[in-house]
Amino acid sequence: MTGTFDLGWWGVLLAVVAGAIRVSTPYLLVSLGETLTEKSGRVNLGLEGTLVFGAMSAFATCYLTGSPWLGMLAAGVAGSALGLLHAAICNLPRVNDVAVGIALFIFGIGLAFFLGKPFIEPRAPMLPGLPLGNWSSNPAVRSAFEVSPMFFFGIVLAIVLEWSLKHTRWGLILRIAGESADAARAIGLRINRIRTLATMAGGFLSGLGGGFLSLYYPGNWNEGLSSGQGLMAIALVIFARWSPMRCFYASLLFGGTAAIGPAVQTIGITEGYYLFYAAPYVLTLGLLIYSSSPTRTLAGAPAELSISR
Amino acid sequence: MNNNRTTAPPDIEVIDLCKRFGAVRALDRVSVKFRAGRIHALLGENGAGKSTLVKCLMGYYRADAGQVMLDGQQQAVLHARDAHALGLGMVYQHFTLVPQMTVAENFLLGRRRLPAIIDWRVEHRALDEFMASMPFRLDPRRMVATLAAGEKQKLEILKQLYLGRRFIVLDEPTSVLTPTEADEVLTEVRRLTDAGLLTVVLITHKLREVMRFAQDVSVLRGGKVVAHTPVAAASEPSLAKMMFGAPSSVEKPEPSRKSASATHDPYLELERIHALGDRGTPAVIGVSIGVRPGEIVGIAGVSGNGQKELVQILAGQREAHSGSMRVGGHAFHGTRRELERWGLSLLIEEPLVNAAVPSMSVAENLALRQFDRPPLAIAGWVLKRRALRPFARALIARYGIRVGSASAPLQTLSGGNIQRTVLARELARAVRLLIMQNPCFGLDVAAATEIRRQIMRVRNDGAAVLLISEDLDEVLDLSDRVLVMAGGRISYETDRAGADRYEIGRHMTQALARLSA
Repeated sequence: MTGTFDLGWWGVLLAVVAGAIRVSTPYLLVSLGETLTEKSGRVNLGLEGTLVFGAMSAFATCYLTGSPWLGMLAAGVAGSALGLLHAAICNLPRVNDVAVGIALFIFGIGLAFFLGKPFIEPRAPMLPGLPLGNWSSNPAVRSAFEVSPMFFFGIVLAIVLEWSLKHTRWGLILRIAGESADAARAIGLRINRIRTLATMAGGFLSGLGGGFLSLYYPGNWNEGLSSGQGLMAIALVIFARWSPMRCFYASLLFGGTAAIGPAVQTIGITEGYYLFYAAPYVLTLGLLIYSSSPTRTLAGAPAELSISR
Repeated sequence: MNNNRTTAPPDIEVIDLCKRFGAVRALDRVSVKFRAGRIHALLGENGAGKSTLVKCLMGYYRADAGQVMLDGQQQAVLHARDAHALGLGMVYQHFTLVPQMTVAENFLLGRRRLPAIIDWRVEHRALDEFMASMPFRLDPRRMVATLAAGEKQKLEILKQLYLGRRFIVLDEPTSVLTPTEADEVLTEVRRLTDAGLLTVVLITHKLREVMRFAQDVSVLRGGKVVAHTPVAAASEPSLAKMMFGAPSSVEKPEPSRKSASATHDPYLELERIHALGDRGTPAVIGVSIGVRPGEIVGIAGVSGNGQKELVQILAGQREAHSGSMRVGGHAFHGTRRELERWGLSLLIEEPLVNAAVPSMSVAENLALRQFDRPPLAIAGWVLKRRALRPFARALIARYGIRVGSASAPLQTLSGGNIQRTVLARELARAVRLLIMQNPCFGLDVAAATEIRRQIMRVRNDGAAVLLISEDLDEVLDLSDRVLVMAGGRISYETDRAGADRYEIGRHMTQALARLSA
């Protein structure tokens, strides 16, 4: 955020808006993926691992081939492979999806760190951004409004998903599997196959989220890259009550919150700024407390989820 | 897809159907002819083979031998899909609707070829048209969760017609309905068959429904057909005799002998209890109940009207928002010490989930109330495993629990025996207050009779009994006083002499705001 000091507190606001756009993208992609998976009646808690593994795959592929878009594809494929692993294990009788998710979380991160060691130092070509701030002469504004196409992809995807859940055959089928396994079985749907595909799609999107981290913002590969964003995105799905459009709004909120810390630091506050870095975690905790209650179940939760049964 | 709406309903005949499960002959050369455009009742006790028969017909089971003839031609129904293709459909006892979807979405679910993109304007127009041609209708835009049980049952039937099915099996369609709702649904079904739209098989054990709505009846007992007759030529006593092989074995108890009980103070007193349901909406609203020693107070009601939450409060599983609960004149909080001191016993529905440890042995489950008391323990903390076995054996013998060994895990027992085990545990000590919810749900007649006998014994020994049940007959048979719970409130009260099933049924349905659906 060079140059924000000219703008003073306006700079903080600008940084928060820019952060909302920039930082929200991985939240958005992961939460849309998890919404898809949970709508089918399964929770994949391993998306943090998928995110990190996706980030490593994207960066490594991009470094080796020189193409960031090929890197994104690799991230998606790697993510759906982890999704397939989760689904395949959960398809076995009496397997708990939450436990498998946690195992996969650790597995994904471990594998990414193991395979990603050689890629920590080098630089790789980055994903291009769309310069939407050219109307302004202020460099801070210009850099704030350099927006990744992945952000727009996320918006379009959220709109398409919201519409598809209601208006398409697969949307309806996905919801039956998530709302009533009995009803799904009675009309001859293959629940495990639906859930497998939904988990793979969720993994693909989470992988893309990881690719965004390593190839756009912050734009490198290291072991502290994600710091729990995949887990927060899962909490965000609950807050958004399983609606893709609400996932988008919630992602903006999370992105904006995450940008407070760096922004406050750039205007010269040197003491206690690191407390602001904790803002997204505090927000997650607050939202989860706000949206849960010992006396009632969550409104809008797919009935087949192990957390709502 | 509705192009076959005008086709006539089929005539179906099963010939010499046999089906064996291990050593049990579930069906033994069963032959029945279901005539087109009529309601044919299959009457029989639990386990008589009614469900097995229709499941063979619908392709869920494969019969060991026998034939299915459709309009005089032999058909192989090997799979549920084959049955659907032939226009055969089944409405299950438990709804297969998706509650968090609209009526319209539920209609579309069963369709074989759903378009990739659903044009809801076109679908809604088609549905409105379809509804207009039916004798009863539902608003396609409503969420299924907001429908009453009777409406859900109608939706299931309409769905079958919408899917082009012309032969429908209704499996105990009225088990979750009030008498008024049941009459309404069955009247509509009869109207559909009389209009030549449908052939219906009605599985039931309610003689009243057979006599009023069916045209033919087949009685099954022990996997065999024991009688076929037009309903016009049958009577309730004659059918009951065929069904049980003897006059009805469900005994009706004597009314409370202690008319003096009216002078006692209530042993259990609930005062203006309010509580919220799982969705955070009010589920129990200002409920006040008093139960005196030596009487059974029955609470009737359609499920989902606050009974579950009320029982959870009584069992200490849910906190009341306001109001007080007193037992024996003292405030009650559901602690283990209080349960012991006031002699409170509970038989909650689905005991395997709510009141027992499925993977522990029968003996351990029997001892759950007393495992740390003499003679099962020394000084309250050293358990005497050796004392457990005779303790369990005595209860197993006394309550007729059928189990090979007392160390078998509880979850391996049948529903009736699990119910008996929990009942034995709850009645093994001095009982002064017994609270029960649907104590005989899903049990066969013998098990139900036995459990009812135990309930009467407890009452005659002077305990106060609160019975919460969705089975109106059970409430009417057992209770000295009958209350109705609807919309979270106690909406009606009557004594045994003044109890009229239709009046009660009316009160059960008056508050259709279904709170915890």
